[in-house]
Amino acid sequence: MGFMDRDIVSIRDFSREDLERIFEVARRMERGGYDRGLLRGKRASLLFYEPSTRTRLSFQAAAQSLGADTVWFAGVEGTSVMKGETLKDTIETVANYADAIVIRHPYDGAARWAADITSRRVARGEKKVPVINGGDGRNEHPTQTMLDLYTIAQSQGRIDGLTIAMVGDLKYGRTVHSLAYALGMYGCRIRLVAPDQLQMPPHVLSYLNSRGVECTLHTSIEEIIGEVDILYMTRIQRERFPDENEYNRVRGLYRVTRKTLQPAKPTMRVMHPLPRVDEISVDVDDDSRSYYFKQAGNGVPIRAALLAMVLGGIS
Amino acid sequence: MNVHTEGAKKGMIVSPIENGTVIDHLPPGRAVRIAQMLGLTEGAVVIIGQNLKSTKYGRKDLIKVENRFLTDEECSRIALFAPNATVNIIRNSELVEKRKVSIPDVVEGIAVCSNANCITNKEPVPTRMLTVCRSPVTIACHYCGYEVRAEDLRFRG
Repeated sequence: MGFMDRDIVSIRDFSREDLERIFEVARRMERGGYDRGLLRGKRASLLFYEPSTRTRLSFQAAAQSLGADTVWFAGVEGTSVMKGETLKDTIETVANYADAIVIRHPYDGAARWAADITSRRVARGEKKVPVINGGDGRNEHPTQTMLDLYTIAQSQGRIDGLTIAMVGDLKYGRTVHSLAYALGMYGCRIRLVAPDQLQMPPHVLSYLNSRGVECTLHTSIEEIIGEVDILYMTRIQRERFPDENEYNRVRGLYRVTRKTLQPAKPTMRVMHPLPRVDEISVDVDDDSRSYYFKQAGNGVPIRAALLAMVLGGIS
Repeated sequence: MNVHTEGAKKGMIVSPIENGTVIDHLPPGRAVRIAQMLGLTEGAVVIIGQNLKSTKYGRKDLIKVENRFLTDEECSRIALFAPNATVNIIRNSELVEKRKVSIPDVVEGIAVCSNANCITNKEPVPTRMLTVCRSPVTIACHYCGYEVRAEDLRFRG
């Protein structure tokens, strides 16, 4: 399947071959530099209904590196969403202003709905505007997973057959849902570390089970730290808890320090989609096994590759 | 709902109908749910049999509805709850058509996503549910991916 005008909504829409192709383009851009003429005359819109630092800025940096310009809002304050405008009407409008739409939204499935809306334009004789999911509620964050996989391959030399632990808020954290779906394609062993109330949702576990992925559930990092190649930490998603008491019962439950890392392999790497609160102690930043800031840096080549591919700069 | 057993022939638990539909071979306990899902509970004469003896399945439920003929789409919806159901069309007291139901690939507009944070529960978005497993029948929301077993699927209205 080609990439031109393709929506990027769920990581499950992509085959392993698709992902390898994206990584190849990202690698080429990272090594050979960005062609500022590649997307000249193109415009990406960044609709961020929820806070973001890395996703929004790396998309913006990626677009500008390739010569595309951007129109955006960050937070709904000051937009017609405050007047009650539906997502449909916003997307119908913005599709007239831009060649691609990057959206982050608090509701699960919002990106798929946006993609369906722009697909219907084709039936009306208008151009398709590809939609890129920058995180929809607690559902998925596929471009984060693409850069996570890119980072894993960069740090370990491969993805196949690795043992990867995901720790923290696996229920509300959308990055780990997308990552778990993808790791199933690479024959990885998955270790899920979370309190019972924040374990991976049943529909994700059932997806992994149906594909024969080796996956085990744990409640402490100590159980798995010695065997893993990647320790993928996550923040407890305070904003998605139905009540503060439930959040207070689990906050601060997992905290990685230099001491935690003592039994780990020297080649193990700590990753985190960021922002962190207190789940990785600052003293880990200088440990050779920390990799989360390099991971954040990989957002630019991956998102530049995606923009170039869906906007036709690279076939 | 008008449930009646008057006029039944000797030996029959539920009465025959002259014109309408008989939905047979429903798993015990599912008939009321299916009647509600199809909107049969409003106005029409409906006869519901529960836990009837069945040579094929031991026990079964059954629905008879007068002067109502189900569409293919309605038959597909029955299959979500009762994959082995048969739909019999009766005209002038004669069985004129017998259909096996088949599980639909897509259910549009009528179901409710069980994920409270799904866009379909927050904005005016028509629901679209996809069958992702046929045994047990499992349905996933096209938008948020949330999966439920078919028997737990809720419908609008």
